[in-house]
Amino acid sequence: MKKVDAIIIGGGPAGLAAAIELHKNGITDILILEREKQMGGILRQCIHDGFGLTRFKTTLSGPEYAQRFIDEVIKLYIPFKTDTTVLEIADDQTYSDDQANSNNQTKSANQPNTYNKIITAVSKDGLIQYQAKAVILTMGCRERTRGALAIPGERPAGVFTAGVAQAYMNLYNRMPGKEIVILGSGDIGMIMARRFTLEGAHVQAVLEIQPVPSGLPRNIQQCLNDYEIPLYLNHTVTEIHGNARLTGVTVAKVDEHLKPIDGTQQYNSCDTLILSVGLIPENELSIDAGVLLDQRTKGAIIDEHFQTNVEGLFAAGNVLHVHDLVDFVSMEAEKLAESAAVYIKEGKLPNCSIEIKTDHNIGHTIPQKISGNQDVNLSLRVKSLLKNCKIVICQNGVEIASRKMKKALPAEMIYIPIKANKIKTMDYLEVKVEC
Amino acid sequence: MKQEQLYDVLIIGGGMIGSAIAREMSRYKLKIGVLEKNLDVCYETSGRNSAVVHGGFAYDTGTLKARLCVEGNQMMEELSQELDFSFKRCGKVLVGNTEEEMETLERTLKQGEKNGSTGLEIIDEERLHELVPAVVGKFALFSPNSGILDPFAYTIALAENAHANGVDYFFDREVTDIIRKEDGTYLLTVCEKNVSRPGNVLSTNTTSNPHPSTHKKQEFTCRWVVNAAGLGCGKISEMLGIKGYKIIGSKGDYIILDKRTGALLPMPVYPVPSNTYMGIHVTNTIDGNVTVGPNAELVTDFEYYGVPQESMDYLAESASNLWPHIHKSDYIRNYSGILPKWVDENGAIQDFKIEILDSIAPNAINLIGIESPGLTAAVPIARYAINLMKEREELEENPEFNPKRNGIKRFSELTTDEKSQLIKDNPDYGEVICRCEMVTKSEILQAIHNPLGVSTLTGVKYRTRTMMGRCQGGYCQMRLEQMIEEELEKKETEVLYGRQGSWVLSGKVREVDYS
Repeated sequence: MKKVDAIIIGGGPAGLAAAIELHKNGITDILILEREKQMGGILRQCIHDGFGLTRFKTTLSGPEYAQRFIDEVIKLYIPFKTDTTVLEIADDQTYSDDQANSNNQTKSANQPNTYNKIITAVSKDGLIQYQAKAVILTMGCRERTRGALAIPGERPAGVFTAGVAQAYMNLYNRMPGKEIVILGSGDIGMIMARRFTLEGAHVQAVLEIQPVPSGLPRNIQQCLNDYEIPLYLNHTVTEIHGNARLTGVTVAKVDEHLKPIDGTQQYNSCDTLILSVGLIPENELSIDAGVLLDQRTKGAIIDEHFQTNVEGLFAAGNVLHVHDLVDFVSMEAEKLAESAAVYIKEGKLPNCSIEIKTDHNIGHTIPQKISGNQDVNLSLRVKSLLKNCKIVICQNGVEIASRKMKKALPAEMIYIPIKANKIKTMDYLEVKVEC
Repeated sequence: MKQEQLYDVLIIGGGMIGSAIAREMSRYKLKIGVLEKNLDVCYETSGRNSAVVHGGFAYDTGTLKARLCVEGNQMMEELSQELDFSFKRCGKVLVGNTEEEMETLERTLKQGEKNGSTGLEIIDEERLHELVPAVVGKFALFSPNSGILDPFAYTIALAENAHANGVDYFFDREVTDIIRKEDGTYLLTVCEKNVSRPGNVLSTNTTSNPHPSTHKKQEFTCRWVVNAAGLGCGKISEMLGIKGYKIIGSKGDYIILDKRTGALLPMPVYPVPSNTYMGIHVTNTIDGNVTVGPNAELVTDFEYYGVPQESMDYLAESASNLWPHIHKSDYIRNYSGILPKWVDENGAIQDFKIEILDSIAPNAINLIGIESPGLTAAVPIARYAINLMKEREELEENPEFNPKRNGIKRFSELTTDEKSQLIKDNPDYGEVICRCEMVTKSEILQAIHNPLGVSTLTGVKYRTRTMMGRCQGGYCQMRLEQMIEEELEKKETEVLYGRQGSWVLSGKVREVDYS
C-alpha cells in the first residue's frame, strides 16, 4: 500500500488551493485524486467571467481562475491523479506500519500508526489503496433535482438542472432546448438564462418561490435585467406536462407559506425546464467514513481547524457549506491547509470544545466548534431577509463580536471575526440577531 | 408496404408477460416474434410497480392468481440463477393494530395456507420489532417466502434470453389492426411512430424541425397470435374479435427514497389489506432504496403517468403511520404505474383470464387483466398459456434451447479483490461514470450495445442503474448521451430519453463540433 502524508479528494478550487497551501506549509508528500479527466472541478464549465475579484483583484473566467491554481500545482510538482474515483475512506487503526511496509524496520510495532487512513480508489490502471496521515475532503456539491424537490406532474425529457444544461452547452457543445423556463433564481440559473439567450434560445421567465432572489444582486442585473428576462418572485412550477418531451409547465403564485394560490395557475408552453433550486454538499464518502454532518449545511460539523469529528479528516469548500463565490472557497481551503499541515507534523491539534449555537434567524455557522485560543473568522447565513439589524456573538450574555448590517440576505454569506482575547470561558457562544 | 416473413407465433407486447411467454415458447421449435409498441421492454406496468414477489396468500383460493402466484414464488431462486437477475427472499409483514385487523389477518393466513403459501405466521409486537425495528404496529402476519426483485432486470433478462434462443424483438411496433385471413393465418398491421432512427426516416421534411415525426405502416403474418398487451389487452382482444372485456386502470403513485434509508427497512411493510387493494406500503428495493406507495386511483387514460402533489402528500402521511423514516429530504424521485384490471359490469375485479376461443379466434392466446401478481406469476402464466397451445398443436422441443443468460456484471456489487481483478481484465471497469450508483464505463458500453438493440437513455439506465441515484444523472448524463452518440453513430438530435419523441437535445450550440 502506498503511503502519503495528505490525500486530497477532489481537484476543484478547494482541493487545488489546499494542495498549494499545504506545500507552502512544508507538506510536500501530497496526492490529489480527481474523478474527471482534468482538474478544475465545476469551474471547467463556468465560462462566464466574474471569478477572482476578491482573490486576485481581477475578473477571470472559471477555467482561467482554475488554471492559475493548476499551473501552481504543476510548478510545485504536486502529484495528482485524474480519471480516478475514490470508493472509500476507512479509518483503520489496526494497520501497523510493519504490515503496510515490511521494509520499514526503524519503527517499533507498538508505536501508534500515523498513516491510519485507508483510501481505496479506482482508475483504468486498477484498484489502488493508499495509507494517509490526513485526508482533505474537497468533493464540492451536487444540484438539487426535480425528484428531491418533488415537483408534481409527468416525467418527460427536457427537465435539466442548471449545471447539467451548462455542462451540455459549455463542455459538450449541445443545446438542451429552445423555449426555456427557469425555476429558481440561484446564480447558476441566472447565468444560464443569459447563456441560453446568447445562444439563440428564448428564455420566457425565471421563477422564484421565495419573496427574495436566491442569487447575487449582480447576477440579477447582468444576467436578467440586461437581457429583459422577467423574474417572477413568489412563483413556482406546480405541474410538469408531457409524456415524451416537455410540452409545458403550470406556473402559480404562492402565498406567504409558499403554497400555490388557487386560481393563479397558468399553463406555459415550453420545451425545457431548468432547475436552479439549490446545491447539496456531496458527502457520501464522508458519511461512510463516519463523519457527522450538520443537518443545516449538509456538510461536516467542523472545528476551527476544519477538522471533522473523525481525527485526520478535514473538509472545506462547497463540500462543507455552499459558498457564493469561488474566491471564498479557495481562501477557506487555504485556512484548512494551514491547520492540516500542523496536524500532519505534530499528530494532533488543539482541542475545540466551545460550541457555537444560533438563534432562529441564523441558518448556520462555520465552524461549529472553536478552541478559544486563536482568532477565528466565523461564516454564517441568515435565514430570511433582515433589514437594519445587528448580528451579535455573545458568551455568557456578554457581547464578544458583532456586525451591523443595513440589509442581510440569505444569498450572501456573512463573515464576522472573533478575537481570542475576548473569549473568557469555555462556555458556548451564541450567535443572534438584534433588530 | 414492407412485409415480414411468416411467423409461427407473434406475441403482442414485450413486457414481463410477453417476454416470459417468448422465453418459454423458445423451448420449442417455433419461429417467434415479439411486437412491442415502446422502445424498450419495461416502459409500462412491468417496470412500474412495487417489485414485490408475493407469497400468494392475498388471492381467493382456487383462482389463477392464487395458484400461479404460489408457483411463481417457488421457482424464483431458480429463475434468478438461470437468468442472472437479483432476487431476495427477504420476507414481508402485514401490520395490524385492531381486533378487526387481527381477524382479517387470521382469515388471510388460512386462505394463504389453502393456496399453498407456506411458512405464514401471526407474530406479536416483540417479534415484529425484531424483524423490522422501526415499524409501528401491535402484531403482524409474517410471510417469510415473500421477496423483492429488480423488475427492469427481470423483464430484460427474460427478453434477452428469449432473443438468444431465436426470438425476434421489434420495438416501436404498435399493432393497429388484426385480420384473420382465409388460410387461417393472422395479418397484423403495425404502426411505427418513431423518427430519428437511422434507416427508418421516411419524411423528407427534416429541415425545419430537428425532430420530425413520421409514421410508417408495416405488416406481419403469423399462424399463432398472443395477446400479452398488458394495458392494451382490451383493445387487442377486440381486434381479435373477442369482445366485451371491460378493462380499467388502477393507477398507483410512488415516492423513491435515498439509499441511506434502505438499511432501516429489511423487508416490505404492508398494512392489513382490504378485499380489493393491498394498501399503501413501504418496500425495500433490491438495490437498497425504499419506495413508498401506491395509492389506487381508477383511471381510463392509460398513458398519463403524472404524480400529483396531493398524492405525494397522502403517500407520505399514510405510510408514516407504518414506518417513521419518511422525510422529504430523502426523496429522490417519484413514479407511477397502472395495473390493467378486468372488471365485471359491477366493477368487481376478476381473476386473470388466459384463454383460446376456438370459435371466435382460433390460434389466438388471449391474456386479459394480467395485473398484480403478474410479476411473481409471469413464468407460470407463460407455461399455462403454452399448455393451452399444446392442447391444439404438437410442439417439438428445441434441442438448442439454453435457459442460461448472463447479465452485465455490476462493479458496485463486487468485493475489493473482485473489483481489482475485473479492472485488470478490462480497464473500462476502472472508469466510474455514475458516481452515485458506482456504474463503470464498461457496464455502460455493454448496456449501449445490448442484445435487444435498445438505444435510449433509459435503456442504459434500466440495464445499469446509472442515473437512478440521488443526483439523478446530474453527474453522468452528459457522458451517457455522448457515449450513445459515439457508439451508435447517432446525431445528437436522434438520442431519445425514453419514449418516441422524447428528444434530449435540440442540436449543437455551434455547428463545428469541438467536443
